[in-house]
Amino acid sequence: MTETATHPTGAFAPPTRFAVPGRIEVDGLVAGTWQTATLAEIRRETPRASTFRLAVPGWAGHVPGQHLMLRLTAPDGYTAQRHYSLASAPDGSGHIELTLDHVRDGEVSGWFHEVARPGDRIEVRGPLSGFFAWPGDRPALLLGAGSGVVPLMSMVRHHRARGLTVPLRMLVSARGPEELIYARELGAETTPVFTRRAPAGTRAGRLGAEHLRPFLADPPAGGWEAYVCGSNSFAEHASRLLVAAGQPVERIRIERFG
Amino acid sequence: MNTTRGFTGRTRAARPGLPPGQYDAGDDWPVLSAEVTPEVAAADWTFRVGGLVAEPRTWDLAGARTLPASAYTGDIHCVTGWSKFGVRFGGVSLDAFLDAARPLPSATHAVAYSHTGYAANLPLADLTGGRAWIAWDYEGQPLSPEHGGPARLVVPHLYFWKSVKWVAGLELLDHDEPGFWEQNGYHARGNPWEEQRYSGD
Ligand SMILES: Cc1cc2nc3c(=O)[nH]c(=O)nc-3n(C[C@H](O)[C@H](O)[C@H](O)COP(=O)(O)OP(=O)(O)OC[C@H]3O[C@@H](n4cnc5c(N)ncnc54)[C@H](O)[C@@H]3O)c2cc1C
Repeated sequence: MTETATHPTGAFAPPTRFAVPGRIEVDGLVAGTWQTATLAEIRRETPRASTFRLAVPGWAGHVPGQHLMLRLTAPDGYTAQRHYSLASAPDGSGHIELTLDHVRDGEVSGWFHEVARPGDRIEVRGPLSGFFAWPGDRPALLLGAGSGVVPLMSMVRHHRARGLTVPLRMLVSARGPEELIYARELGAETTPVFTRRAPAGTRAGRLGAEHLRPFLADPPAGGWEAYVCGSNSFAEHASRLLVAAGQPVERIRIERFG
Repeated sequence: MNTTRGFTGRTRAARPGLPPGQYDAGDDWPVLSAEVTPEVAAADWTFRVGGLVAEPRTWDLAGARTLPASAYTGDIHCVTGWSKFGVRFGGVSLDAFLDAARPLPSATHAVAYSHTGYAANLPLADLTGGRAWIAWDYEGQPLSPEHGGPARLVVPHLYFWKSVKWVAGLELLDHDEPGFWEQNGYHARGNPWEEQRYSGD
């Protein structure tokens, strides 16, 4: 895995203090054709989010952080397509996991939460994109909110499964402890930030400069690659905090769920 | 056809103007950019047309505003699946800039690039003939930074990742050269009506 530091076209752009990070080489692990996936298991994570384990025998593998496109088809041929991040680490098992928030009146997430059961078949296409991807080769500082933790969890799981020693830290924002996705699985690498209801002894409040300071005041050798994922408003807020705390803009990767 | 058990989908009034696989985002305008939103002041914004042209030219915002005003009113389509109907972008037709720089006969493609270094490649034919704009207004208001202000490219007949935000220039070439998403597996042209999302579509 290598990274093209500057893309050929970047040569034309005038210098500014804002820059888009280089791409991460994902060894051709992109796009591909539609494949049938069979729902193997459903696990509840929080009152609003569940994990859906899918058997995809032809899955080519992925890099943590990548996403896929998913398609549901109605009897009259109408289809609904949405993007979902891969929650599982690449493990060669022929299975992948997605974690979906139950969006109010959501067409696709509604089907998953209200109708889906093991044995159902859907279609997936991916993995997609080589931008928001962490190959496990550099220190990673992960900032997520809500279901934005999903692609970050793939990175955390990959880090553990491979026994990687490169530093990895995660800050995850949730309204309260009961809404923290993957709560049971989170370890010492994770700092939760609760915005509305915090457990006894801690304060509820938004992600702030004080949460980032311990990491950015003392970055690991080579510096952090920052990955920010969540709603657009969270992405704007968190990326501004990172810039203000001294994180180089060309080392901030952002995935916006809309 | 691989019908999904129990899936009927939202009731759909056949919406003419909705390309295959897209849905109507209504009043939402989701933001999609991979980088930190840059703070490009209007006074610092410049737009250059270079490469295979008779006369490379650079405009600042005041200079660009002296060109004949032109607006796009219509629909836009994002590769992530949403479409937005009846939006209005105000600015100047890209033809006005190209007419001033005069593309050489050998120019066939262009790379549109941003003040952040983001870039998208386009066939020159998709940028001429009143089909592309440099826009600084949205619904009569200055374009917000999240959506590409001070000024962005607008090429509404292609997926919107081609409509480079914080646009800094256009480099005319005699060959196609993949931009940011195109290097990441996205389609070279991105025509929503042919659902050209990823390379190979
Ligand atoms: C790269 C990427 C990765 C993502 N990863 C994840 C992930 O890991 N987990 C996750 O949960 N989400 C993820 N998302 C978001 C996901 O793609 C969907 O947007 C989300 O699941 C909502 O889809 P839906 O069909 O359930 O809701 P939609 O039906 O799209 O509705 C969303 C909202 O808009 C309203 N709405 C939309 N259209 C209409 C209409 N025509 N009429 C009335 N109301 C309407 C709905 O009421 C609802 O409030 C990701 C998005 C991107 C871009």
